[in-house]
Amino acid sequence: MVADPVPLQLAAELFPNGISRYAIGGLFVGLGTVVIYLGTGIPAGASTFLESTLSYVSGQSRFQRYVSSRDWRLVFTLGIILGALAFSATVQSGMITTSLYQPGTTGQLYEVGGLTLWSTDVQPWRLLVGGIFVGIGTRIGKGCTSGHGVCGVGSASKTSITGVITFMIVAILTAQIVAALGVSP
Amino acid sequence: MSDRHPLFMPLILVGGLIFGFGLGFSHMARPEVVLNFLQFDDFGLVFVMFGAAIVTGVTFFLAPRLLGRAPLTGDQFERRLKPFDRNVLIGGSIFGVGWGLSGICPGAAYASLGIGNVTILWALAGMFLGAYLQGRWRSQTASADSVTAGAD
Repeated sequence: MVADPVPLQLAAELFPNGISRYAIGGLFVGLGTVVIYLGTGIPAGASTFLESTLSYVSGQSRFQRYVSSRDWRLVFTLGIILGALAFSATVQSGMITTSLYQPGTTGQLYEVGGLTLWSTDVQPWRLLVGGIFVGIGTRIGKGCTSGHGVCGVGSASKTSITGVITFMIVAILTAQIVAALGVSP
Repeated sequence: MSDRHPLFMPLILVGGLIFGFGLGFSHMARPEVVLNFLQFDDFGLVFVMFGAAIVTGVTFFLAPRLLGRAPLTGDQFERRLKPFDRNVLIGGSIFGVGWGLSGICPGAAYASLGIGNVTILWALAGMFLGAYLQGRWRSQTASADSVTAGAD
């Protein structure tokens, strides 16, 4: 008799998978950053790992400046990989079920020894070429989605807010153009 | 770094675990979901970024005021402030092209490996290659600059 109120229809259109998995996941990302910050005073970003790890194999001065932090950055990245694996073993595998988690339909799920894993359908050339641009851009631009987006925005840094607005606009334009050219997925 | 607090590395690992779990739970480790945001099909990513930034924002605001020094390093609590220059716009734009093409950023790529997405090794290889190319170029530019400065 009564249609859904307009705000609800709008919300369903903007957020077809709800918002809980995003908001809760985001809180965890923030919490992980905060745990490290409260113990060490370090606002950790994810992309410096690329250069600090290159210092193990290259003597270039640009990488050598990260020698003192390269060991813990390796541990941080290892933690991220294992944390995501823990998510696979629990929520993604259905061991923990909650109405706050929408499983979604993207990519391919596959099973390995009772563990539900996931694989992308996005074409490898997009990942490789995009990855090269990401590697160059985050290092020249002084941060990525975690360094600028989470730590920098959390610091109310004008530099980071400008960085986020810049990469957001360019990424939206790029993704829309690529999609308009018929590249999918 | 033998003078580090014995709990330094364990804490970094725990922080990484929580961070990675969040990237898995939020589906940011799936390039498709990031691309769906950039193509305006699902705006959920906004809640991830702001959800995380609110948690860090409150902490970064309060910790320097309420707490003395970081217990494991003795360092002052400071915000993450970096100087602004042209590179923020140039690098941000290059990153934007890569993020828009691939749907993946560094932290999410590490997490993607953890949820079983072996294909993401293409993106990680690209990121290391890109980071290496810019680092080599900037190292050489920097040493060329210092040679010039030394000759003056």
